[in-house]
Amino acid sequence: MFAFLNAHGSELITKTWEQLYISAIALALGVIVAVPLGILLTRFPKTAKVVIGIASMLQTVPSLALLALMIPLFGIGTVPAIVALFIYSLLPILRNTYIGMEDVDPVLIDAAKGMGMTAMQSIRQVEVPLAMPVIMAGIRLSAIYVIAWATLASYIGAGGLGDLIFNGLNLYQPDLIIGGTIPVTILALVIDWLLGRLEYHLTPVSERT
Amino acid sequence: MPEEQPMVQFKDVEKVYRGENVAVEHIDLEIHKGEFVCLIGTSGSGKTTTMRMINRMLEPSGGQILFNGKDIHKIDAVKLRRQIGYVIQNIGLMPHMTIYENITIVPKLLKWPEEKRRKKAKELMDLVELPEDYLDRYPSELSGGQQQRIGVIRALAANQDLILMDEPFGALDPITREALQELIKNLQEKLGKTVVFVTHDMDEALKLATKIVVMDHGHIIQNATPTELLTHPANKFVENLVGQDRLVKARADVTTVEQIMLKNPAAITPGKSLAEAISLMRNRRVDTLLVTDDENHLKGSIDLESLGTRYQSATSVGDITKSSIFYVNKNALLRDTADRILKRGFKYVPVVDNDQKLVGIVTRASLVDAVYDTIWGENEDDQASDSAKESATPTDQEPATDSAAADDRDAPKEV
Repeated sequence: MFAFLNAHGSELITKTWEQLYISAIALALGVIVAVPLGILLTRFPKTAKVVIGIASMLQTVPSLALLALMIPLFGIGTVPAIVALFIYSLLPILRNTYIGMEDVDPVLIDAAKGMGMTAMQSIRQVEVPLAMPVIMAGIRLSAIYVIAWATLASYIGAGGLGDLIFNGLNLYQPDLIIGGTIPVTILALVIDWLLGRLEYHLTPVSERT
Repeated sequence: MPEEQPMVQFKDVEKVYRGENVAVEHIDLEIHKGEFVCLIGTSGSGKTTTMRMINRMLEPSGGQILFNGKDIHKIDAVKLRRQIGYVIQNIGLMPHMTIYENITIVPKLLKWPEEKRRKKAKELMDLVELPEDYLDRYPSELSGGQQQRIGVIRALAANQDLILMDEPFGALDPITREALQELIKNLQEKLGKTVVFVTHDMDEALKLATKIVVMDHGHIIQNATPTELLTHPANKFVENLVGQDRLVKARADVTTVEQIMLKNPAAITPGKSLAEAISLMRNRRVDTLLVTDDENHLKGSIDLESLGTRYQSATSVGDITKSSIFYVNKNALLRDTADRILKRGFKYVPVVDNDQKLVGIVTRASLVDAVYDTIWGENEDDQASDSAKESATPTDQEPATDSAAADDRDAPKEV
């Protein structure tokens, strides 16, 4: 193991960083787009079905195929990888945001409106805080997907820990495969734990379980 | 007629939901400052719809609603709602906010400074007799009754003059509900708030309202005070809604002493001699005489017993008059009086008007008549209301002319 670290230590750190970088940007974009979209969709229930349907469809495209499809559009490298992973991250976040918002007791929304909150105030002060656990569950799920799938991004030249794994496959070096896989798993677990902490802090005190 | 401007005025308001579904129509209603208006009806009667149009939670399809003389359509809905308290059936406290945050939602929206909000919250907690340290708790840590108390004061927090309440106590157990009814009634009277209260519970409406608006199928059937509603229900529907029980009870509830008293009681002035008193007793066949002065003010009474024992020493009626005497005002309600008469074992009670002048007498016999009407009156239905009046006037007047107190000697035995 020390031998492996001596040989690949610095590479491991760079690749992990790349993996993290791609995943984080893809996930951040996913959150920025899907959460507001999910909230918006609760105001248009008919459109919501269509949009969620489209997002589900995108989810069914095989990940390798999706990455390959990005090449004609964005060439190779980091950008197409981020775009592809961003598309993957959309559905869980969108669906959970939508469900979470829909599940807020209509009585509370009625009370908020009746007391004189604007639609925006109601969303920010009442609906989003109450939907937060469900929204965060979607984000955590997306985060794990994105980190795992970012490994495949190596195929289109985006780098990341996938480089180690695919090298290992090509060169029949199991230690490279394992050495690439373990950091991915650890990364996913650490990020999930961090998001868990974030969820705890974002969730209103009374709603924490 | 210089009439005060109504706080809320409905002018031929209607609400039609998509298609042909008419929720309410031809609603004309005035709600004045300080009134406690109960909208009552079965589900689907349009009572909640009517209430929710006041704060523009629903927009009328036709007609006009004025708030303090101003068309609410021309007031920004959000601003309007911040001026009107709103209490809903399911309480609707925000589970993720502390009690303090819940109470001060509207003041916060109105950008009150923190200091002022804190002060107001404490003041309101005091008002509903909840400890101040509850302010830092969450709604789930409070009982249902406590939560609805918070719901009520939340609607008062920004000094709203008008409070809308949609079956606020419907989900509470009877004891808690009663306590909250007391509370809201007291608050309303103490703070001079105007309340529009939707309910389907007639007891609740009768207890709280100064005005009851009965609705059915989107129309106002009757708009009356609780007493009017009980005594003069507009039609069969209102009668059914009120219920036979209450109508019958109401008769006793609203009957005044004057209606059942016997007029022309046996009375004498203090200046008269004892001989005159005895001959009056013989003539009227009574054992007690009421003593009044020349202006007919009630002074006391004399009875046969004291007349007999003090015949030697006393000369005039005034000398043996017992001045401590229990009497009732003619406007007093029978239900209050009957109890006292029966419990204290009085044979009779003199009735005076507002100037303390003797106007009549209530005997146990006249009470028997009144109770009889209350209990049996409903079986005779149409005759019931007649006999109630009869008993108060002609039938009782006859014995009254010759024996006011004489009746009493028999009456207790009958009871």
